[in-house]
Amino acid sequence: MQTASSYEKVLLARSKDRPGIYDYIRTLFDGFIEFHGDRLYRDDPSIVGGIAMFHDIPVTVIGHHKGKTTEEQIAYNFGMTSPEGYRKARRLMVQAEKFGRPVITFIDTPGAYPGMEAESNGQSNAIAENLAFMSAMQTPSIAIITGEGSSGGALALAVSDRVWMLENAVYSILSPEGFASILYKDAKRASEASDAMKLTAQDLKQFGLIDAIIPEGKKMFLALDSMLLRELNRLMKMNKTALVEARYQKFREIDHMND
Amino acid sequence: MLLNDIFSQRKIMWNRMAQKRKRGQEKIKACPKCKMEYYSGEWKENQYICPSCHAYMPVPAKERVAYILDENSFKELFAQIITKDPLDFDGYEEKLQLNQRKTGMQDAFLAGVGKIENRKVAIGVLDGRFLMGSMGTAVGEKIVCLTEYAKKKNLPLIIFSASGGARMQEGLFSLMQMAKTATAIEQFKQKGGLFISCLTNPTTGGVSASYASLGDIILAEPGALICFAGPRVIEQTIGQTLPEGFQRAEFLLEHGMIDCIVERKDFRDTLSSILQMHL
Repeated sequence: MQTASSYEKVLLARSKDRPGIYDYIRTLFDGFIEFHGDRLYRDDPSIVGGIAMFHDIPVTVIGHHKGKTTEEQIAYNFGMTSPEGYRKARRLMVQAEKFGRPVITFIDTPGAYPGMEAESNGQSNAIAENLAFMSAMQTPSIAIITGEGSSGGALALAVSDRVWMLENAVYSILSPEGFASILYKDAKRASEASDAMKLTAQDLKQFGLIDAIIPEGKKMFLALDSMLLRELNRLMKMNKTALVEARYQKFREIDHMND
Repeated sequence: MLLNDIFSQRKIMWNRMAQKRKRGQEKIKACPKCKMEYYSGEWKENQYICPSCHAYMPVPAKERVAYILDENSFKELFAQIITKDPLDFDGYEEKLQLNQRKTGMQDAFLAGVGKIENRKVAIGVLDGRFLMGSMGTAVGEKIVCLTEYAKKKNLPLIIFSASGGARMQEGLFSLMQMAKTATAIEQFKQKGGLFISCLTNPTTGGVSASYASLGDIILAEPGALICFAGPRVIEQTIGQTLPEGFQRAEFLLEHGMIDCIVERKDFRDTLSSILQMHL
């Protein structure tokens, strides 16, 4: 795995064999109750959210849902979220803040849905409002990029106190295919684009753009469990003002210091 | 009717001859829409609106500031923030230099303070001529610095956007500017600051999906393309052509996404009126 090229990692990150949102929920949490809908228009199935117990801590869990079989993928729109999905996520985060629950997000999306209805319903507005809300949310949050973390559609769940990536996950401004078609005018040069984009967990950790890499393999869930427990305990001890200020500084500091 | 035609033709001819005497040295630029040719000074005087077909052309950031602010009241801030190349991206340095030469700007964002009808404001303008007004680390950093300045000095914040979205050549660093600018704007607003976001053609992608959509008040120029995914991307996804006017300012107004549409030449007065109601 150490020698996988960037593009091999992109393909690995997209693999249907990787755990999906319900695998993480089943393995890491107890008593999950799923909540639906944005209270404005509809329930977007590409986002799953609800409440559960993590050890003895009540938490809010939100994540992208890609599906594994073709039927599932169509039903969940391949994990491409519409404004209603981002608004559902935001509604659940507002609720988490009110009841002092930490928010844990699982990110795996090819990007926000580029469709007519999504645009008509304010895709930009929905993403922007999520960024703004998460940035000032008065409760701890941890984001885990489990597969494909692509574009604003991924970031809309990732303005968090801690941002982690699985060893073979990727996180990027756009899919390598989209990037190649814009910059090289040729979507087939995705492999080349993947190298230039520096989208692997290892690259991004080096840049300081993510906080930790979670090793994959048999002990992945165990590692994730102990990391979550340790960091949640740490974050929950902070007072709310200090927590929000630290988050402000975390994103404020992102610049070109590391080049 | 024939006589009328002759008279109006003559009038246009006389006008062109007068302009030639006055501006013979200036460059001539044709309107990309109706192909009529005008001297650069005419474009500037008419706020880059075509005198014959009234199409809106992109406005250089420096000129936008001049149209909006009281004469000679603008003072540039944060000019020292310059672009770097965090990914060491092939050809990026060269591209930056070309755009710097073309626009006379260091990067796509001009920030500063000035006055509108004697009321002090923090103002920023994205210049669409510089790498499509895309937002990389320098643009993001300047927006945040300007927002923090407005917060510290208790000033209203006005930003004019024109952008193709996040800057590809800076990869995830650019995506993070969405989080960074949204974070700064949110804190500014929570502290009571007034943010007026002005959307011009085009405001798309990572810019429209971050700070630009977070205005307390969102104004837009007529006909401006405002969207997350651009028309070409959507057409590829759904495999059909989009209806006329889709994702234009008028469409967004109808769908409840912006507060109002303001003609370019009315922007200064509208901003001034809004500011008067936020003392």
